[in-house]
Amino acid sequence: MPEAPRPSPRNAIGSLVLIAAVVAVAAAAFAYTGGWFSPQRLTPQKLVDGFDLGSAPPLGHRRNHAKGICFTGMFESNGAGSELSRAQVFAKGQYPVVGRFNLATADANAEDAKVRVRGLGLMISTPDGQEWRMAMIDPPFFAVSTPEAFHELQIASASKEPDAMAKFVGANPEFAAFGGWAKSAPWTGSYAEEPYNGLNSFIFTDNSGNDHAVRWSLTPAAQPVPVPPEELAKRGPNFLETEITDRIKNGPARWTMRVTVANPGDQTADPSKAWPEDRRSVEVGALIVQQIEPEADGPCRDINFDPAVLPNGIRTSDDPFPAARSSAYRVSYDRRTAEEKDYPRTATGAAQ
Amino acid sequence: MTNIQRNRPITIIHRFNPLQRTLHWLMAVCILAMLFIGVGMVSTVAPKYLNLINIHKPLGILILILALIRLVVRLRYGAPPLPLDLPEPMKLAAYLSHYALYALMIAMPLIGWAMLSAAEYPVVIWPGIWLPQILPLDPSLHTLLWNAHFYLAFLFFALILMHLAAALFHALIRRDGVFDAMGPALTHDEIAPAE
Repeated sequence: MPEAPRPSPRNAIGSLVLIAAVVAVAAAAFAYTGGWFSPQRLTPQKLVDGFDLGSAPPLGHRRNHAKGICFTGMFESNGAGSELSRAQVFAKGQYPVVGRFNLATADANAEDAKVRVRGLGLMISTPDGQEWRMAMIDPPFFAVSTPEAFHELQIASASKEPDAMAKFVGANPEFAAFGGWAKSAPWTGSYAEEPYNGLNSFIFTDNSGNDHAVRWSLTPAAQPVPVPPEELAKRGPNFLETEITDRIKNGPARWTMRVTVANPGDQTADPSKAWPEDRRSVEVGALIVQQIEPEADGPCRDINFDPAVLPNGIRTSDDPFPAARSSAYRVSYDRRTAEEKDYPRTATGAAQ
Repeated sequence: MTNIQRNRPITIIHRFNPLQRTLHWLMAVCILAMLFIGVGMVSTVAPKYLNLINIHKPLGILILILALIRLVVRLRYGAPPLPLDLPEPMKLAAYLSHYALYALMIAMPLIGWAMLSAAEYPVVIWPGIWLPQILPLDPSLHTLLWNAHFYLAFLFFALILMHLAAALFHALIRRDGVFDAMGPALTHDEIAPAE
């Protein structure tokens, strides 16, 4: 047997200790990166758990905006958006969409008249193989300034302590404006009469490579008719879904998409602060909803309307929400797709 | 030092060739970065989440390409034999762990790509360059692939730690030339005879 110049036993022990130390440091660095030593870190799992603090999770459903109904249709671009973004979606033309009307609740069986915030998820596909996904809501500004504040709101809302919400509003005064909207904004009897606002700011890049900070919104073509919520409650727990299904059977519903451009110096990081009314806005096209399908078997069911799925020509800004939403939507998607058996398909799809 | 002469024919001449060594160290950096990015990105809601995931996808595709090149190079040029006096269990561990490392280098990016496809998430490897979906939308497949990607990542990291420990064991304790076979540079003065 050839005998290599092996170290003495004492040196060998030193070497073994060194090897163990190298492996331990590498493993610790990995654990640190994964947050095992940082219990304070706001993780997407915590954000998603936050929706279940007050009640059992809606197994098989989205963890927030759990109740919804699918639609398909098209985005009809008028070409005006090309001035702001080189994304193909703004070139004049028609592009197919899959979307979802929904209610901002963690209860998949919520009564429609009891949920204040309504939303719309949308995915627009273009021939270049790219997609623009978004999830919008009907208030004109967001409830809080940061993802951390949102998590505190989740905790305060679920808290049994009587002054939890008062303390929260004290620490996050921007929430008062949202509370004001929730109290005073009229309710309507249809998803088709709601505006849907993107709220988060993004950066559009035009063909010359110039950046524009923007927000976007959808304005309904249907005239909103205010109806008191007590009146809506009499229409049944699913009146919004029944109404939109019947409405679209008689013809498509339309929304105008407007892109609002920030002035230099406008803050872009805080979606709880609307930009002044006089900012330039460009009408870029229309969303046309042509068909409604129940969610259980519908095309929106297994789509994640992840607001960070953006075509070339649109990217995120310093607004921290799209990243936080993207990471949390991902966790919600991972959970609900693993619970498929808890949300059975209706098989025929014709039951409704 | 007297016995080093006798070791030479077995352990010193037979190094991996420069292409193999370059691929090994390049991939070592990529794969370690990949694993740390992966475990970091899934644990934060901060804006860096998007930066990390936007690196994770193209880096995974790069690793897949490098791994396939490496497999071809390995099949073409082989590997230096292990020292004759290496105990059988260690030889077996060496063979099995290398099969596992190759399998994971190739499988992990494919599982990730398939997992994203089964959820209809895009795989963007460059602004405007979206890879095709390699599976149809399928929640149960997504769940299966998600679990595979998640648990195999920890197995991969554990194997790399084992690989690192074994490499250092060869370099510091056995000093049998196994480390030098893949080492970035010879740590001893054995080059002279070959010149």
